[in-house]
Amino acid sequence: MLKIKNLKVELTAKGKSILKGVDLSVEAGSVHAIMGPNGSGKSTLSYVLSGREGYTVTDGSVTLDGTDLLDLEPEERAALGLFLAFQYPTEIPGVGNMTFLRTALNAQRKARGEPEMSSGEFLKEVREKSRTLQIDSEMLKRSVNVGFSGGEKKRNEILQMIMLEPKLCVLDETDSGLDVDAMKLVAKGVNELRHSGRGFLVITHYQRLLDHIQPDVVHIMVNGRIVKSGTAELALEVEKNGYADMMVELAE
Amino acid sequence: MISDERQRAVMEHRLSGLKRPESGWSAPVRSEALAHIQRVGLPSRRDEYWKFTRPDTLVQASAPKAALFDNDESPVFGEVDRLKVVFVDGVFDLELSDELALEGIVIDRLAAVGDQGSHWAESVYGKLEQRGQDPVVRPLAALNTAFATDGILIDVQQTPSKPISLIYVHANETSDAILHHVIRVNEGAAVTILETGPAAARFNKCMEIELADDSELHHVRAQGRDHERRAATHMFALLGARSQFKSFTLTVNGRLTRNEIYTELSGENSSAHIAGACVGDGEFHHDDTVFVTHDAENCDSRQVFKKVLRNGATGVFQGKILVKPGAQKTDGYQISQSLLLDDDSQFLAKPELEIYADDVACSHGSTSGAINEEALFYLRARGIERAEATDLLTLAFLREAVEEIESETLADEIVSRLMAWLLRHRPE
Repeated sequence: MLKIKNLKVELTAKGKSILKGVDLSVEAGSVHAIMGPNGSGKSTLSYVLSGREGYTVTDGSVTLDGTDLLDLEPEERAALGLFLAFQYPTEIPGVGNMTFLRTALNAQRKARGEPEMSSGEFLKEVREKSRTLQIDSEMLKRSVNVGFSGGEKKRNEILQMIMLEPKLCVLDETDSGLDVDAMKLVAKGVNELRHSGRGFLVITHYQRLLDHIQPDVVHIMVNGRIVKSGTAELALEVEKNGYADMMVELAE
Repeated sequence: MISDERQRAVMEHRLSGLKRPESGWSAPVRSEALAHIQRVGLPSRRDEYWKFTRPDTLVQASAPKAALFDNDESPVFGEVDRLKVVFVDGVFDLELSDELALEGIVIDRLAAVGDQGSHWAESVYGKLEQRGQDPVVRPLAALNTAFATDGILIDVQQTPSKPISLIYVHANETSDAILHHVIRVNEGAAVTILETGPAAARFNKCMEIELADDSELHHVRAQGRDHERRAATHMFALLGARSQFKSFTLTVNGRLTRNEIYTELSGENSSAHIAGACVGDGEFHHDDTVFVTHDAENCDSRQVFKKVLRNGATGVFQGKILVKPGAQKTDGYQISQSLLLDDDSQFLAKPELEIYADDVACSHGSTSGAINEEALFYLRARGIERAEATDLLTLAFLREAVEEIESETLADEIVSRLMAWLLRHRPE
């Protein structure tokens, strides 16, 4: 489903190399986790996938179901089924959460040539789906992420993900700033979305999120490269020994 | 004061083409207004108060030509049940207007009652405008008082069942209209005044509002879409105890617009909320000049002005809060913000506070900024195209001003007009 080949990326402004040749394939129905120390390039990878400005791809390719993503605008990638749950969801004063979600949903449908969802239908869906995440109607009425706690922001990301039904979900440090209860809620939302036609790329610092979202494959990213891949066991190893050992191992 | 011969010549040239009634109840105040202009002259570029807006075309003898705009939109507030009063190029249109009668109010036309010996409006007409000439002179308002050809005089005795809607049609490319309205709201009554349309090639309009204790006036205005029109408007409001004055203005297009609002909170616990949203693309110059005087205890005032500017459009805001001695517990708020959609547009702001009481809370802020790139990316990452995302963020920016409109129906109408404008003005 998602194929990343030899991806090399620089920060446009500074010309600093961040990703130094990433190879990764996420198959439909699988959950891949990427772990790694600070500054290893994990978040950069998520931004490059979603089309954020400020990064220059100097080599390599990224395809989603065979379509080259790198030439597309962020909104085109979203309509193709790519979803990024942000590490720091943006606050947008004055844009209502519901208006935003409905506009996004219908924009994607329109781009795919599908009929728009009526407001009645939308309302019903959003009410039903927000219940699982314990998002109340007051939160839906507020401006996007404005005045939301850290946990509420992350739950709001997952609600968007559930409503938009993407093919490939990229979760960028979704566990950061969450207490155990909030993390369980988020994990529940994600697990309910697990599906044979859908792939996940879960970026995280810590193993604890992976207790709740069981990955099929774990990759370790260090200094812009994936240095090790393995089963869920690998995450436990990191939890126990940290990245230092792994980096030493590499140096040797 | 008139500083040189050139300024005197400009004034005399402008006045030479104007006539005013020499008899009737308004004659004395019109003479006083004329004397005031002859003393202070008409605005010139050298006046501090006109530093950001060139008054030349507003004071020249005749109106610069303004092409008529073929507006295919449905009329603004067309769906609202309202009493329609229509002026075409500043001339009252009997055919297009409703019968000037509504339970609870007495409504007259200035042109129809001006030659009477006396009228209730005598105590307001030109009088509030006079109060507003100090500490800053407003010669175009005095010119209006002296030479207004028509206008409506509304005495609100009891709350009427529907808004009074002043509709200004522009039908002649060189029309030069001067209208003067007086609205008196009596104790305990409330009224909504709507104003729509470009009015003329050049429009000088003055509205004086006297609010008795415990009364309310809601004003919502949408200045017409004609690109080449010019307008200088003034509102003067005098607020009694516990009264409320709320005014909102939407301005889209227009070569030159100067909207001055002078408000005096003279009764305790009164409240004035003055707001405006404007969107300009290209040859557009919009100036909001607001002066709020607190002269009683426990009053609150808000000024909320938002401007969206692109392709060389200019926005101006001059806003002042004056708190007089003794006006304790004043709560004054002022915000003016511009969203500059490119590097060619500019926003010029002069916020001022002048406070002579020691127990007050006053704040002001003024900002210029571009679209928030973080927010734009967030919306796009969810599938919303750049243009639509920009519109959403632009509307969000304007929202604080629109929210000052109390009626949801009227606010929705304003939002839908703004959305339509943004859609029409999306970059290629």
